[in-house]
Amino acid sequence: MNAHTDITPRKAEGTDNIVSRFAVPAIRCAGCISKIENGLSSEQDIVSARVNFSTKQVAVSHLPSLREDEIKAKIERLGFDVQILVDNPLAEEKGGTDKLIRALAVAGFGMMNIMLLSVSVWSGAMGPTRDLFHWISALIAIPVILYSGRPFFSSAFMALRYGRTNMDVPITIGIILTTGLSIFEAMTGGAHAYFESVVMLIFFLLAGRVLDGMMRDRAREGISALLKQTAPGAMVLNDDGTTAWVAAKELRPDMRMVVAAGDNLAADGVIEQGSSNFDFALMTGESEPQPKGSGDLVLAGTLNLTAPVTVRITAAGEDTSLSDIARLMDEAGQQRSFYVRVADKAARFYAPAVHSLALLAFVFWMFAGAGWHQSLLISVAVLIITCPCALGLAVPAAQVVASGALLRKGVMIKDGSALERLAEADRALFDKTGTLTLGRPVPVDVDHLSLQQKQVALALAQASSHPVSKGIRAALLAQNIAPVQIDALEETPGEGMSGCWDGVTVALGKPVKSGDHLSCQLRVGEESVDIELEDELRPDVREAIDRLNALGVPATIISGDNAPSVAKISGAVGLTAQTGASPQEKLQAIARFHAAGLKVLMVGDGLNDGPALAAAHVSIAPGSASDVGQQASDAVFTSDSFLPVALAVQTAQRTMQIVRQNFALAIGYNVLAVPLALTGMVTPLVAAIAMSLSSLIVVGNALRLNGAAK
Amino acid sequence: MSGLAILIPVALLMGLAGLVFFFWAMRNGQFDDLDGAAQRVLIDEEEMSDDDKEP
Repeated sequence: MNAHTDITPRKAEGTDNIVSRFAVPAIRCAGCISKIENGLSSEQDIVSARVNFSTKQVAVSHLPSLREDEIKAKIERLGFDVQILVDNPLAEEKGGTDKLIRALAVAGFGMMNIMLLSVSVWSGAMGPTRDLFHWISALIAIPVILYSGRPFFSSAFMALRYGRTNMDVPITIGIILTTGLSIFEAMTGGAHAYFESVVMLIFFLLAGRVLDGMMRDRAREGISALLKQTAPGAMVLNDDGTTAWVAAKELRPDMRMVVAAGDNLAADGVIEQGSSNFDFALMTGESEPQPKGSGDLVLAGTLNLTAPVTVRITAAGEDTSLSDIARLMDEAGQQRSFYVRVADKAARFYAPAVHSLALLAFVFWMFAGAGWHQSLLISVAVLIITCPCALGLAVPAAQVVASGALLRKGVMIKDGSALERLAEADRALFDKTGTLTLGRPVPVDVDHLSLQQKQVALALAQASSHPVSKGIRAALLAQNIAPVQIDALEETPGEGMSGCWDGVTVALGKPVKSGDHLSCQLRVGEESVDIELEDELRPDVREAIDRLNALGVPATIISGDNAPSVAKISGAVGLTAQTGASPQEKLQAIARFHAAGLKVLMVGDGLNDGPALAAAHVSIAPGSASDVGQQASDAVFTSDSFLPVALAVQTAQRTMQIVRQNFALAIGYNVLAVPLALTGMVTPLVAAIAMSLSSLIVVGNALRLNGAAK
Repeated sequence: MSGLAILIPVALLMGLAGLVFFFWAMRNGQFDDLDGAAQRVLIDEEEMSDDDKEP
């Protein structure tokens, strides 16, 4: 597969060099960095290479004539596993957090300088000095507020435009009122200006948003680095018989693309010429290849295993079934987002309550004869003190710390609401293939083969990209077997590998499913021997299930596989199982549990689990899962071990404990402070300080989650 | 009082300089690879790639 310029829009300065990005998960030390950078930089056509150790990525700046797959081969020659990174089509707009951090930096700058001036005013600066300081404060504060307050202003404006209200509306009103009042004070030479309160408020609110944004970014980066490579384009066959490379997004229906063996499909289509085996593992999670011939439908993202075919495109780009499903699941996921729900609730109850409380305070104090100035100050203090800052921080702070702790254990949480829903789960459903098992067939035993047979088997197996061949190759390589030289090596779709070794016909037959395992036949001349393969159980499954039981989440297996295969696994882990379940039946099972009032945690990997993953209350997919499975799930664990599933539930429960404590702290603070503010005993400054303190306590409490994933 | 006329602008300018420096560092990608910076200290070779900004 090769690449094209428009996959990588970033260009090096002044030249036409292209920057391509690669994921290299195996970068572990300084040695790897220098090996890759020096190794690539010395190559012709490569201008520079830069390793990002934190994200395990390499950015290579190269001449347009060099294709991405050529660079990939170069990195592989240096001894690293590598994947070409294609921009994730579903990735949200990046840089949102960068903007927030800039706003935070500006607010921090403003806060410190204004505070410096305010302290001198409080400690007794009088007359013209005080007025001067107020003016300087205003000069600093107004641009700072305009710049750093934008996230709140625009959100509040959007809400009001659609006739709704959200948390940002009272914040915005508070900011505008306090700023206006302070400018008035400065102009009339009044005793108090509250610029420092406004800026401090913005600073702490932004701190909460930055924490939240950072968590989302980190999760998203992890996921997109995991996303397997989908074809960035295809060789298109023109009417005159020539072929040309066309990028995936420029493919159109009715184009004919030539797909070589070993290539991913870039679009959905119907086979016009040739027949081959296709690896649908990306879609189904089942590793068994499916034979497809002329007239059969093949889908984008599947891997052509054995022979070149010509495919007439029926749907490309955004219209492929893969994109459709991914998009549907993305939307379904967004509807469950915690912030959407909190914002809805807040819009209904919180914001109107805050507004009317502040308004009531103003009206009351006007009638009580406090004068409009004093009344306005009191109502602003009420607005600030009821501002849900500590509440707003309570959840993201705990989530950031918890997701960081989980990340170190190899679990990536996609969004904050996932932790909340994980904690609520009280029933677990596990898929079998690829979830409880590793999803890759490995030979049960190769010791019954002679050394010669092993060498032949390795030579045959390493020439094929079939999952069974990969399993055999890995098992033989682990025994330090050296392959023999085989001539006339050929892979026949649906038959297996064959070749000629020293004048003897040798062959590795296709895998045959017999009961609960696969077996394939190795023939050397007249002799033949069977190699039995089975799907290996993940490590730590038993312990994970025990821990889940202790956490109050009993589990069962639900699998699309046949009864004998499932019985073997369910017996090994001690769980009951439902076998032969179609995607619909998996959905029905979840619906049944839901009707019984249970909240289901679904753990699965393939496209056939996709609907179940999306429908379940919360879902986890292994890192080896199909893209669809990873998109649909709330969390992804990268290790071979199954323990992270239990760790995720355990950490989520701890997190919700902390979140509840944080809510109690934040609400307790409001209960104490609001009456004080209403009675006019709190100035806006004291309100801002109290608010900051409560925020800091909440963050400190969240930090206790650091060691929760053990 | 006259001291203030100097000290306040100086304080502000220093703060602004810090802010500008932070913005530059962000735009320059200084925070993109924090763990990598720790590892790169251990690389012996004198020769580094062109876009290496580390002092």
